[in-house]
Amino acid sequence: MTNKWIVTGLAVFVLAVLSPFWFNMVTTTQAAPEPELLGPAKEARKCVLDKYEMRANHMSLLDEWRDAVVRDADRIYVAANGKSFHMSLSTGENSCLGCHEDKEKFCDSCHTYTSVNPYCWECHTNPKEIE
Amino acid sequence: MTQKYLIPLTAVFLLFLVAYTGAGAGLGWFFGIVVPYLAVLAFLVGFVVKVMGWTASAVPFRIPTTCGQQKSLPWIKQNPIDNPDTSSGVFVRMLLEIFAFRSLFRNTKAAFNRNASNRIIYSWEIFLWVAALAFHYAFLVVVLRHFRFFTAPVPGAVQFLEALDGIVQVGLPGLFLSGVVLPAAALFLLARRLFDAKVKYMSRASDYFPLFLILGIAATGISMRYFTKVDVTGIKEMTMGLVTFSPVIPDGIGGLFYGHLFLVSILFAYFPASKLMHLGGVFLSPTRNMANNTRARRHINPWNYDVPIHTYEEYEDHFRDKMIEAGLPVDKKE
Repeated sequence: MTNKWIVTGLAVFVLAVLSPFWFNMVTTTQAAPEPELLGPAKEARKCVLDKYEMRANHMSLLDEWRDAVVRDADRIYVAANGKSFHMSLSTGENSCLGCHEDKEKFCDSCHTYTSVNPYCWECHTNPKEIE
Repeated sequence: MTQKYLIPLTAVFLLFLVAYTGAGAGLGWFFGIVVPYLAVLAFLVGFVVKVMGWTASAVPFRIPTTCGQQKSLPWIKQNPIDNPDTSSGVFVRMLLEIFAFRSLFRNTKAAFNRNASNRIIYSWEIFLWVAALAFHYAFLVVVLRHFRFFTAPVPGAVQFLEALDGIVQVGLPGLFLSGVVLPAAALFLLARRLFDAKVKYMSRASDYFPLFLILGIAATGISMRYFTKVDVTGIKEMTMGLVTFSPVIPDGIGGLFYGHLFLVSILFAYFPASKLMHLGGVFLSPTRNMANNTRARRHINPWNYDVPIHTYEEYEDHFRDKMIEAGLPVDKKE
């Protein structure tokens, strides 16, 4: 191989390695979503889990809830802070979306940002969309 | 022999612990900002220096290894890929080498026959090729999937790859196939070095260290995704800060992530100094990337200098009288 080809290949490789840097320079970068408490959630100010635990673990919690409801008909979750919640994603006042009314902001903003595609909404619907 | 793998294993554990405890002790900026930047710099500079060094070294002659019939008489069928005489043949050969590890496919093993003859037997051993192929492609998918942390919005191609990798839809968060294949293949490559006496004999610490490092990276990554869980949005805020040169250290990220990031940084920084440089080296293998046309074309050593030569004619001119006197045959008699 001639040196010209090696240097060309090397330049392509360096550009590829640096792609995260220049890609964000040539495209507009979306800012990280700012978590915002709205509606009933703003007044209640007490969630099922602590803030960071909730951010990291909510998918496992929902998975456990689904199993508890579907297999054991166990529908009430008593949180560490003593409050009880309805183990439901979208049904009733005391469910996830009952309190956090805005699915766009509460679910989608972070999921879109981190390219997470949960299959919740293949069965569930956003209560707001039905009306 | 045991220190050959126990020292690298201990090193990987210690490196992880350094970052894990260091980040917990308020050194998040060091392990999250300083080290990654330095690692990328070391990787690129080291890689370029190494390849330019190889470029400067001499490859005066055609030395391709031939794995098929050379081009010769018109009625003898040539193998144009395994013994190429044109650059297009070389191109196909290199393409197959780089994307399908063709040389590894020919891997054989030697063993003594178990019956009384006790002859040495060479047999085809395909599993090194299978594991290497699985490992490299799974690693490629994992690296490409990580672009979701360095781009916002995430490009459709990366999302498509994630969907394809998570096609089995098992568990929550959904299982990625690459997350199974990568550690399984890496463990096979490790087991080969540990349990095959002949491979173990020639395995050094520098063979084990990258394997343990990659296994450590995979273990921490898998743990973060499937078991202990981390705040992904917070982490992406941090990685995006790194690639847009406005680094931030958000709260609540956890030591495990710093351990993962530190091991990746070590891998990057160590890469140019290690056997892992076969990433660049495979392109520069003179036994693969040269056409075998030494019989069709004359290749002159590029640094041949003019040597003062003494031809037979000159020799005879010089000694003719003495040669005739001694009765030796000469071409020209005066």
